[in-house]
Amino acid sequence: MNVIDLLGLDFMHRALLAALFTGLAAPAIGTFLVQKRLALLGDGIGHIAVTGVALGLLTGTSPTWTAVIVAIIGAVVIEVIREQGHTNGDVALALLFYGGLAGGVLITGLDGQGASSLQSYLFGSVTSISANDVWFTLALAVVILVVTLGLLPQLFSVASDPEFAKAAGMRVRAYNILVAVLAAVTVTVAMRTVGLLLVSALMVVPVATSQQLARSFRTTLTGAMGVGVVAAVGGLLLSAALSVHATVAPGPTIVLLALTMFASTWPLGVWLRHRRRLRAPFPAVPPLDEASHSHEMTPEDHAHIHGHDCGHPAVRHGDHVDYVHDGHRHAPHGEHYDEH
Amino acid sequence: MLNERGAAVVEARDVTVAIGGRPVLRANDLTVHEGEFLALMGANGSGKSTLVRALTGLRPLTSGSVSLFGTTLSDFHEHQRIGFVPQRATATGGVPASVREVVASGRLTRRKVLRPMNRADRRAIADALDVVGLADRAGDGISTLSGGQQQRVLIARALAGEPELFFLDEPTAGVDLPNQQALADALRTLSERGATVVLVAHELGPLASLVDRAVVLRDGRVDYDGPPLSEEAVHTHHHESAASHDHAPHVASPLDSLEGGR
Repeated sequence: MNVIDLLGLDFMHRALLAALFTGLAAPAIGTFLVQKRLALLGDGIGHIAVTGVALGLLTGTSPTWTAVIVAIIGAVVIEVIREQGHTNGDVALALLFYGGLAGGVLITGLDGQGASSLQSYLFGSVTSISANDVWFTLALAVVILVVTLGLLPQLFSVASDPEFAKAAGMRVRAYNILVAVLAAVTVTVAMRTVGLLLVSALMVVPVATSQQLARSFRTTLTGAMGVGVVAAVGGLLLSAALSVHATVAPGPTIVLLALTMFASTWPLGVWLRHRRRLRAPFPAVPPLDEASHSHEMTPEDHAHIHGHDCGHPAVRHGDHVDYVHDGHRHAPHGEHYDEH
Repeated sequence: MLNERGAAVVEARDVTVAIGGRPVLRANDLTVHEGEFLALMGANGSGKSTLVRALTGLRPLTSGSVSLFGTTLSDFHEHQRIGFVPQRATATGGVPASVREVVASGRLTRRKVLRPMNRADRRAIADALDVVGLADRAGDGISTLSGGQQQRVLIARALAGEPELFFLDEPTAGVDLPNQQALADALRTLSERGATVVLVAHELGPLASLVDRAVVLRDGRVDYDGPPLSEEAVHTHHHESAASHDHAPHVASPLDSLEGGR
């Protein structure tokens, strides 16, 4: 069976839909987490959700629903701990993460199934999801997208400067809890695609990729969603294509593809930032004493003529341009250049 | 800059604030009138930043009361009338943001949720950028700006909501002289438009000519309230002891709340 045949199969259609919506929703909420410097929050919620999945397996109810509920409770607890600002809040969070993971493994053991039944939730099993699961993923992804894009100005303000937002009369706590709950929902949505242990990657790596090139929050967010879709759908197709030859799991392929995209944009970002720094205008600092301000010329033998395409960066300096030449700043002045 | 003495816009009575059980402000009264340009001065740790945070509702009072525009703080909901400019440390986050986006977030006090920006919003944002002289940098990432320019962006953000009353927390701290001058020009424009300004400052520098009333705090109490003092007077007025509050950012765990600072 080749890839084209594979694409004609129902389970592949479902997997592609799930991947598409996960790829859109996870980076959307991930951007706010990165902005709040909480990039690992998704990972923490993922660990807590393991307990939810295990509870679902034990009680025979849908593991997805129990995971949603436990993840939301965990996310709200994390947000409350964060807001209370205990000196060692990160330690408290770590305790919660490991408690969630250990609880999940223990409960699965009680069920007599061992940790192997957790496998598909820990590492994802996008090709085995049912039609119901697809609808569920779709609905949650739409909710996440509507809320994050609709409340973008408010969420941006709260995430970037909670103090200012509070002084401006915004309900900072409500918005923070909303983001935490949405992150929890995203984790459970992405659980079937990339798995709980890799879920944070799909929330964070596209954002890291996108911010290499973006200058504004809005472009970072939309860029991250684009990267997320390419990684999720592309990773799924890639793993399908490769699975003809070997067992290639979609979850890790998606994450590795996202990381590859980051690795390829990173040098470009470094170069762009370097260039921007070179071109940043020099401050126009008035001399302390106008009379004693020396007029220093470049040596007589400065034969080179600076121009638009001479290769030396032209940097704005007050009302004129300085050319950066071997660590000197040469400003055109009549027939010669001044040292600035 | 002496404006006519108008109605009281800030009325603080018996304001006492304790942080972690330690009283930082003790029974202070302060009334600010419409159109005034007031500088809250004092040494590090004298409580001047805490007082401004208490006035904006960021720091709960242990006892006493604060009214803005005649309404007690707990019932005050006209947040579009006040503009808060925090210290610069908070200007950048983990994701790039453009200058325009940061300034636009100050307009949220006047925008309804889930509604796009209208023409008045856009004009207010453009005007705010103009006043601080950064209109040409609107599309640039905030992290590419110098410290002083970032501080001007934060002023533009407060300005975008078109408030009548400004609170600024040490806008000139760590800002180079040309930027201090640009800041002073922006604040002069505000003051001339009739805004009331309450400014926390350690040193006034180019702002000195704008100030028409100085309040000096010393060890959590208002020690002087009157016409602006010369720099030396502020610093010799209170006999500063060696044990002062460290103004450097606190080293805290990543999840520490904002309460940990200052």
